[in-house]
Amino acid sequence: MRNAVPTLVAMLALAGGTFLLRLSGPALRARVSFPQRVEKLLEASTVVLLAALTATAALTEGHALAGAARPLGVLVGGLLAWRKAPFLVVVLAAAGVTALLRLAGVS
Amino acid sequence: MLFIINAMRSLARTLDRGLWRDIALVCLAVGVIGVSYGAIAVTSGFPWWFPVLMGSLVLAASSEFLFVGIVAAGGSPIAALLAALLVNARHLPFGLAVPDVLGRGWRGLLGTHLMNDETVVFAIAQDGLPRKRAAYWACGLGILACWPAGASLGALLGSVVRDTDALGLDAMFPAVIMALIVPAMKDAKLRRTALAGVALALVATFFLPPGLPVLVALAALPLFTPAAAPTEGAVR
Repeated sequence: MRNAVPTLVAMLALAGGTFLLRLSGPALRARVSFPQRVEKLLEASTVVLLAALTATAALTEGHALAGAARPLGVLVGGLLAWRKAPFLVVVLAAAGVTALLRLAGVS
Repeated sequence: MLFIINAMRSLARTLDRGLWRDIALVCLAVGVIGVSYGAIAVTSGFPWWFPVLMGSLVLAASSEFLFVGIVAAGGSPIAALLAALLVNARHLPFGLAVPDVLGRGWRGLLGTHLMNDETVVFAIAQDGLPRKRAAYWACGLGILACWPAGASLGALLGSVVRDTDALGLDAMFPAVIMALIVPAMKDAKLRRTALAGVALALVATFFLPPGLPVLVALAALPLFTPAAAPTEGAVR
């Protein structure tokens, strides 16, 4: 690994920073109390963030669109999840479809 | 150790079998994604212990994939750190959404460390604080065990199989997150808001650095207007 020491330091900083981010929500909450409406909005923001994370992780690679194999695999996984398939089936189907598409020459 | 055993006993009493099964399956899926993570890290040139250590200390999958990806692509460790921290910024609203399940004192510190996409979703989906708390801790402790264990298995696999993309491992992470949010999508208003957020994030991907587009999705939140005043307080 190039830059071994800086990379290790950056990783430790990420661990510390992430913990502080996790800590800051409850700390803020202990000082300010939020009405039910705001609470619902906070729960909604979680779902919106995760949906955006799914879409960007599935469809993009750097600043460009990813090839078709991964999105199609994730789509199959999503459809299975919609039909209430178990998590493990969803995950393995997504990987399996993507792998088969790549085997067939789809990037 | 005794605390863990006591905690597991009270968890076992609080949660029904269906929920236990769901949590176990999520932890198993996280372990399998951990395999893909460990394999990708090792084939990108990281030593085997790096994904295992990072998995235990950071415990936030997407940021770890991003960190490894940026460093492997030749990006500086600083850029990788900033992008990964940006992705983890969502833990701030997470913490605002589930503050009561975390516990107090040193136990609260562990509870805080266990905060991630899966544990928060499970906590939010339950009714009543005892069930929320039990689901959060059961899922969190399971992930704390399965994620690094999967990563070490993947590191082993990655030193044998060189082309992990051929196995479709990169499709696993988005698939799991999608499976987690599918139940919440039954709410039409929430679905509309989430889809608008997705569109914003995808457009932003073309010109913003990694990590930011996900936060841009929050600009869609005004579309979500919670139920009007009369139901307030009656929900929980």
